[in-house]
Amino acid sequence: MAAVSTRPAGRSRVPWWAVLWLLLGAAYFLLPLFATAQFSLQVGRNAYGLDAYREILQDPFFRQSLAFSFKLSVYTIVVALVLLVPTAYWVHLKLPRLRPVVEFLTVLPFVVPPIVLVVGLLRGFRWTPTWFYGGYLLLVAGYVVLAFPYVYRSLDAGLRAIDIHTLTEAALSLGASWPTVLLRVIVPNLKASLLSAAFLTFAIVMGEFTMAVIMLFNTFAVYIAYVMETQATGAAALSLISFAITWLSMLGILLAARRVGGRQVQIGGVR
Amino acid sequence: MPYLELQGVRKEFGSVVALESLDLDLGRGEFFSLLGPSGCGKTTALRIVAGFEIPDRGRVVLDGADITGLPPNRRDMGMVFQAYSLFPNMTARENVEFGLRIRKRSAEDRATRASELLELVGLAQHADRYPYQLSGGQQQRVALARALAIEPRVLLMDEPLSALDARVRVSLREEIRRIQTQLGITVLYVTHDQEEALSISDRVAVMSAGRVEQIGSPPEIYGAPATPFVAEFVGTMNRLEGEVEDGAAGRIRSGGSSILAEAVRGRRPGERVLVLIRPESLSVEALADGEAPEGALVGTVAAQVFLGATTRLKIDTDAGEIAADLPSTGAERFAVGTRVAARVPPGSPRVLDLPPGP
Repeated sequence: MAAVSTRPAGRSRVPWWAVLWLLLGAAYFLLPLFATAQFSLQVGRNAYGLDAYREILQDPFFRQSLAFSFKLSVYTIVVALVLLVPTAYWVHLKLPRLRPVVEFLTVLPFVVPPIVLVVGLLRGFRWTPTWFYGGYLLLVAGYVVLAFPYVYRSLDAGLRAIDIHTLTEAALSLGASWPTVLLRVIVPNLKASLLSAAFLTFAIVMGEFTMAVIMLFNTFAVYIAYVMETQATGAAALSLISFAITWLSMLGILLAARRVGGRQVQIGGVR
Repeated sequence: MPYLELQGVRKEFGSVVALESLDLDLGRGEFFSLLGPSGCGKTTALRIVAGFEIPDRGRVVLDGADITGLPPNRRDMGMVFQAYSLFPNMTARENVEFGLRIRKRSAEDRATRASELLELVGLAQHADRYPYQLSGGQQQRVALARALAIEPRVLLMDEPLSALDARVRVSLREEIRRIQTQLGITVLYVTHDQEEALSISDRVAVMSAGRVEQIGSPPEIYGAPATPFVAEFVGTMNRLEGEVEDGAAGRIRSGGSSILAEAVRGRRPGERVLVLIRPESLSVEALADGEAPEGALVGTVAAQVFLGATTRLKIDTDAGEIAADLPSTGAERFAVGTRVAARVPPGSPRVLDLPPGP
């Protein structure tokens, strides 16, 4: 008689060390969050409540700084995409030999310390009109530099995933002008890359501190630093709020990318 | 007057000469193919006509007007590419409508034209599908419909079937020819597949190393190759080197064999010639030992290659190895090692000049 397996078909036993490793990993990420959440909810020695959150959410500086950082993010995303989409497209299409050079340039914002960058920015743009130099647009210019590696690499991955040469030539042969090729053919096929570029830029701008504080702007990150110095439980609550904002941004990337078609979903790397 | 002309077109990429000096002319409504191996310059020639490459020298003339410097988006030439080129963000219908949208045609016009063309290529029921929902063959049909939608002055096709499997390739090439005949459109077609070129074209230009070796109708190219390259590239050809033995009788000596070829009548004895014989023109018969018929190539069967309806015999003769095709039904009589005579009908060999020997 043939032996009959008692294990349900299709289920394999998970080794104990894999479970342990998973638990260790989860603990590494979740314990600090849990501790922060617990601390943020403490009202007294043994009492818990939402006072810290209420205080933060009712603070006008919280809303102002958040709105200001949000505005900076949107401007940075728009400027970065307007500058880099045509650049990345043209480099891929016509100047492939320049790709190593551009890739080297994308590393520079990581290598140059933000303090050096901001000093260079303040000196370099001194000649510009007051409406630019004296306002937050200068900060946007700096953020575009910071976002450059992330935006370019997202676009680069997206452009590698589609045959831009053939699509471009097909559109041109049908009578399309260059702007039409870019806006109607290339950009719609880069939606996932554009979304990831936009959300990464959003996350960078929301968290950027050095440039903002040196240029004397009260951004969300500057507000977080201020709260950390003045309110213990409030800082913990704010950490969790900013974590939620970041998490929601990332969730936004995934959901939006899924909606625009799962075939071209990629945040980095090459297909 | 030719409809499309390439006059002395030359193109170099760095130190590589892609096109030497290309002269071509296509009549209105003609199906013209550029045939050749990879790197022979056929795609470069097509891209120059499309406007994607600018020639270093020479002109492209369409309907009497010089269009050499005209950008591709102002040439009104539809193009079907080797790679799948449908816009992934658009449905089949939107792809077909794209060129019409650029031309600001009304929505009603666009819809009617797209429906007609999708019907023409047999994909009316797939109009709302995205490219990733279509097979390779269907995508190329949509690409064809899209190129036809703009009523192109010339339809350019760059190896549009090479990515498809053999069966789809055959059915689609017949369909392309049917549509071209139906619409009377001028087509410039690039392929490295001789069968494809010969089966659908009015005329074929065989290209090699940036030059045109021969231009002619498919029967001319196949039956009367003008150069050794064309003979080698188009179909299978037996190449025998020999010299004229008797010009009046049309006899050539190749190795130890004598061949009769009407094409050498009138030549002087001793002239070196290249004799080209198609395998299917040879008739093979088994020989008894010692027997050696006049005007036939005598040898032994070295191998049999089954090709379906025909079987190819590889025969070792004293003029060299030759191939002979015969119906598979009678091929079992010629087992490997059988002594055979391959008779050459005197009217069939093609004879080309060879430079005088040392």
